[in-house]
Amino acid sequence: MERSKNDVWVGLFVILGLAALVFLALQSANLLNLHWQSGYEISAKFDNIGGLKPKAAVRSAGVVVGRVRSITFDDSTFQAKVALEMDKRYLFPKDSSLKILTSGLLGDQYIGIEAGADEKNLVNGDSVTSTQSAVVLENLIGQFLYGKAQEGGSPAPAAGKK
Amino acid sequence: MSWWRPSDIGFTVRSELAALGSGARLLGRLLALLGATLRRPALLRDQVHFLGNHSLVIIALSGLFVGFVLALQGYNVLQLYGSESSLGLMVTLSLVRELGPVVTALLFAGRAGTSLTAEIGLMRAGEQLAAMEMMAVDPVQRILAPRFWGGVIAMPVLALVFNAVGVLGGWLVGVVMIGVDAGAFWGQMQSGVDVFKDVGNGVVKSLVFGLAVTFTAVLQGYVARPTPEGVSRATTRTVVIASLAVLALDFMLTALMFSL
Repeated sequence: MERSKNDVWVGLFVILGLAALVFLALQSANLLNLHWQSGYEISAKFDNIGGLKPKAAVRSAGVVVGRVRSITFDDSTFQAKVALEMDKRYLFPKDSSLKILTSGLLGDQYIGIEAGADEKNLVNGDSVTSTQSAVVLENLIGQFLYGKAQEGGSPAPAAGKK
Repeated sequence: MSWWRPSDIGFTVRSELAALGSGARLLGRLLALLGATLRRPALLRDQVHFLGNHSLVIIALSGLFVGFVLALQGYNVLQLYGSESSLGLMVTLSLVRELGPVVTALLFAGRAGTSLTAEIGLMRAGEQLAAMEMMAVDPVQRILAPRFWGGVIAMPVLALVFNAVGVLGGWLVGVVMIGVDAGAFWGQMQSGVDVFKDVGNGVVKSLVFGLAVTFTAVLQGYVARPTPEGVSRATTRTVVIASLAVLALDFMLTALMFSL
């Protein structure tokens, strides 16, 4: 088949498109870091996960050390069961505790992990028992109002009766 | 012509249905001719070159400016809430999901679709298509199919280039000019953009738009009345129909892909 100079240009055009795809996949979507194949998985149960979503970060001292893999509901204990995929580079003691935190006032929720003192480390399949639920704003406000009512609430109805 | 007479209404409905049917049959034939087109790569290559390479400059420049504007406007709104760090995520998601495929398709309809319609329409006006049929050469296979598939191939590539250049434009304005932290810009983007859900669906969108725009252009050229006025009207119709089809399809695809 005869060659033409269009061959070169069409080839470059297609290569440019592939380069754009690779750029988008690597630079903006970070394809390589999405799958930590060699991590270890741990699970934990929370009374309330608030707005935690799958793929949320697990942080220790602010550094991302893992990701939330899945969130399911356990209908025997009526708790949320959260599976975490941890980076294999970071090991934590068996009695580490998990806490659901929020980055900033309106930010995403993430799991903070605080190291314990146990000599053995968490391994694949372990479950963490010491967990702290997400702070639910409505409950906080409810508690606050209830506390206020306890303190100075009693004179108010009396004043109303007079 | 009086539209209220039953015979006129009947005629209008019948001719519209006939146009719809012949259009659908042409689309079916073009899709079935993929194999035959691939067996003559020289024809296809020249069309990809004409439709794709020649549209590259306008697409890349538009992408750059759309990225600039997105970063500027996004920064204005985001800094109100102190979340400038999400600028990269916002620019990339709006480009990859919506603006990239849609704006590329609209520009492609204007830049490449019109030239396809005019070319094919003038071939019909100059009776070149009729001459081919006389020589037992199928004009749909020889003329229409390479142009159709050339456009379908070129469109996703152009949309990807638009997206990549747009992200770079957003980076240029956001990070280099305004001074958003580069680590936050890329980091938020990387944690929020999914390769298959966002980038992949954008590619699927641009493929569908490529089919719609190129088919509209080819069909309008093929059925154009063989007069100068007919060709000019067909060219106008290409832009109008292709643009509306892209926007309507975009709404449907978005509803399918991104609603939970």
